[in-house]
Amino acid sequence: MSRSPSVSWRRLAALCRKESYQIVRDPSSIVIAFALPVILLMIFGYGVNLDAARVRIGVLNEDSGPDAALFAAALGASPYFEPHPSTSRAELTDWLIAGRIRGIVILPSDFGARLARPGSTAPLELIADGAEPNTASFVAAYVGGAWQSWARQRALDKGVAVAPPIDLIARYWFNPAALSRNFIVPGSIAIIMTIIGALLTSLVIAREWERGTMEALLSTPVTRTELLLSKILPYYVLGILSMLICLAIAVFIFGVPFRGSLALLILFTSLFLGSALGLGLLLSTVMRNQFNAAQAALNAAFLPAMMLSGFVYEIASMPAPIRAVTYIIPARYFISALQTLFQAGFVGRILLEDFLFLVVSAAFFLGLTALQTRRRLD
Amino acid sequence: MSNSIELAGVTHRFAATTAAALENVSAAIPAGCITGLVGPDGAGKTTLMRLMAGLLRPSAGTLTVGGVNPVAAGDELRAMLGYMPQKFGLYEDLTVQENLDLYADLRGVLGAQRTASFTRLLSFTDLAAFTERPAGKLSGGMKQKLGLACVLLGRPKILLLDEPSVGVDPISRRELWRMVTALTADGLSVVWSTSYLDEAERCSHILLMNAGRLAYAGPPGALAARMAGRSLQVAAITGNRRAVLVRALHAREVMDGVIQGSRVRIVLREAGVAPALAPLEAGPDARLEVVAPRLEDAFIDILGGGPGGDSALAEVMPRVTVDPAIARTVIHADSLTKRFGTFTAADHVTFEVPQGEIFGLLGPNGAGKSTTFKMLCGLLVPTAGAASVMGIDLRRHAARARQRLGYMSQKFSLYGNLTVSQNLNFFAGIYGLDGATRAAKIREMVDTFALGPYVEVTPDALSLGFKQRLALACALMHDPAVLFLDEPTSGVDPVTRREFWAHINGVVQKGVTVMVTTHFMDEAEYCDRIGLVYRGQLIAVGAPDELKRDAASAEVPDPSMEEAFIALVERHDTEAPAVAA
Repeated sequence: MSRSPSVSWRRLAALCRKESYQIVRDPSSIVIAFALPVILLMIFGYGVNLDAARVRIGVLNEDSGPDAALFAAALGASPYFEPHPSTSRAELTDWLIAGRIRGIVILPSDFGARLARPGSTAPLELIADGAEPNTASFVAAYVGGAWQSWARQRALDKGVAVAPPIDLIARYWFNPAALSRNFIVPGSIAIIMTIIGALLTSLVIAREWERGTMEALLSTPVTRTELLLSKILPYYVLGILSMLICLAIAVFIFGVPFRGSLALLILFTSLFLGSALGLGLLLSTVMRNQFNAAQAALNAAFLPAMMLSGFVYEIASMPAPIRAVTYIIPARYFISALQTLFQAGFVGRILLEDFLFLVVSAAFFLGLTALQTRRRLD
Repeated sequence: MSNSIELAGVTHRFAATTAAALENVSAAIPAGCITGLVGPDGAGKTTLMRLMAGLLRPSAGTLTVGGVNPVAAGDELRAMLGYMPQKFGLYEDLTVQENLDLYADLRGVLGAQRTASFTRLLSFTDLAAFTERPAGKLSGGMKQKLGLACVLLGRPKILLLDEPSVGVDPISRRELWRMVTALTADGLSVVWSTSYLDEAERCSHILLMNAGRLAYAGPPGALAARMAGRSLQVAAITGNRRAVLVRALHAREVMDGVIQGSRVRIVLREAGVAPALAPLEAGPDARLEVVAPRLEDAFIDILGGGPGGDSALAEVMPRVTVDPAIARTVIHADSLTKRFGTFTAADHVTFEVPQGEIFGLLGPNGAGKSTTFKMLCGLLVPTAGAASVMGIDLRRHAARARQRLGYMSQKFSLYGNLTVSQNLNFFAGIYGLDGATRAAKIREMVDTFALGPYVEVTPDALSLGFKQRLALACALMHDPAVLFLDEPTSGVDPVTRREFWAHINGVVQKGVTVMVTTHFMDEAEYCDRIGLVYRGQLIAVGAPDELKRDAASAEVPDPSMEEAFIALVERHDTEAPAVAA
């Protein structure tokens, strides 16, 4: 149908120049590309911390004996708790309901007596705030741990022979301090690339339709390829620049180690941007309405990248059907590649798998966009 | 004269199930002149434009544009076609020069030809001084000229302009017309789409469209000539001209009629068969005069005649009583000023509207009509000055004032996904009607506007005429004393417009005071008095005939409303030279 060459560099350059002017002059695209990453990294880096710090618990000691007092003191000495002693069960219950404490440890009046009876179970009562399951299980586990080590220590002090418990020495590879920041910050780069790639571009073609400029463009000799490339290239450059800013923040502000090669990082980011840009442009092309396209991009790109990519929730612990869905989420492979590049440096098998999936997904979304882009309105 | 575009049986539907946007349109568009593509909103003008630009493929029929099929030979078409879509197709955040550069690159205008084209077009459009200004910061008229310059790059042979005069002031509109006329002298073929019939009268050829069908193709003069001897006016009326119009429309001989300033213009069913003057009760001096027929007369004739002058609404509306102390100033604007940052949208606007008057604010988009209007409805707080409705200060008691006024906007402000009865219920609720009163009022509105068969239908599925009725019903639910109408009939076909004005005339007879904004010169003629708004200022106030008389000059002894507007604006500009923005 079309006899003219599919790409004229002059026309493509003119369109890219136009797109760049629009990006630079539209404060919202600058905010999304440069301010938002900084804000998000700060939130993810400082705010989202999956390591539990000292948890506030209430302690009710109903026993006046020395053992109970010693155990209460041991809880206070633990790095995991900030105990708030009280003499009233009602007061503690109020505190728990108000959320001021996350659990209540009750040492009943027969604490000392039960402790003295051999073979009895721990004379402790624990109430945890089930509204926050993570914290609740954390409280339960650590109170239990505190109890065991205290009981063992007490037995040793009394000269009673106990079987030595297994001495567990945990060593975390790749992230020796097991800092969740080292895991969160690289992952958040995928979230930011999703926002730039999908959210920003979901607006651009729809905007041309809304403002009537698309019709004007289509009545000039512009080809489909030129139109598509002029939307992809400037936003690709924007995405890469934004990624480099993220990298700098991650390494220099958060001190997250980057052990891989910059070239590989750019390669993987480019592939992922291919999917994200493709999806954003596809939605924009199909919806022709900025609001709808942005809504769709949020649901189709941002939420899966957040929830189903392994960024926040461990994929291995998801139910099988959900786990199956994660295989088609491009962000899953990008996050895997990012974490490998940041924390391990180079793991050929993982990176190869990520590479292949990202290539397929970029080809899929860009191809679909190309198919949907027509030179006519119908 | 050869044809630049030929249409044969062109039909277009957007989905197999929907009604056709265009139905079997066959016509030829001659080369080297301006052809008007004329019709109300929804007539199929834009669809036809897009088909001619190769942006749509027709569902049936064939088009030939400049000798080629626009879809199959897209590249050839684009090399000779300039298409300016609605809103002009400009990038608002790019400067004038950057827009020109972009389109020059896209159309392959390079080297020496490029420099020459820029010089020629910038001087042609008077934009040379504004090359560094972002397109979004240009006035409507300048945007329109820049849009034209962008499509003229690459010297097209065929120019398609989709509603180029919408949102543009009359002066810029006249200027654009001159520019495009000059282009046709060089052999350019132009298709100019418009919903203004007065604009269509100036074209050398027109395609008149209604509801997707071609109603007429040919020179506009020939169409108007069919009406020869059928257009009359009742001049020198003493007494109420709206009552004269209603009586005239009752006469068997009269097909259609409108208020025309202080006169009543009527169209006869048959040339030479005029109604008797006495039953019109137009006063002792009244006389019937034959006037030149207009395109609109012919359009109404094609549509099967006017809707008559009776308003069922007026029969059920209670008479509005107003405290005599405020009857002279039912609406009062006192030095109303509104600034948005450094921009003054309304600048010391002062006027009074007495009870039972239709007062119009006339001006182009962006002149400050809507800002003034919103301050008077209590929707915007003035920066300075005062506004009152029915003696209620809008600054202090906006809510109380709103209870006394009805508001209907151009977009009808209906809820598209609620049914007709749900819309009525909702608006009744907003105005505090409940119980038996609400039920009775809704029943009355449904009966009055013949909405009975549609109560369970959503407004989106209604025709424009019924939508308009429903919007009016919602605005009048609480028997307001004052009615605000914002561009009530722009883009509406003349029959629907007449029906609307019959209702408005009816409620005015009941003592309702009406304020209307319009950029539509014909609509201004229906008003008792109009205020001309230009760049935030009210530059003239008076009866339509007074303003026309005031603007009359040696060259234009009997100006139209539009000519009067232009003359008064030009006079204002010379007396008080505006500071260059």
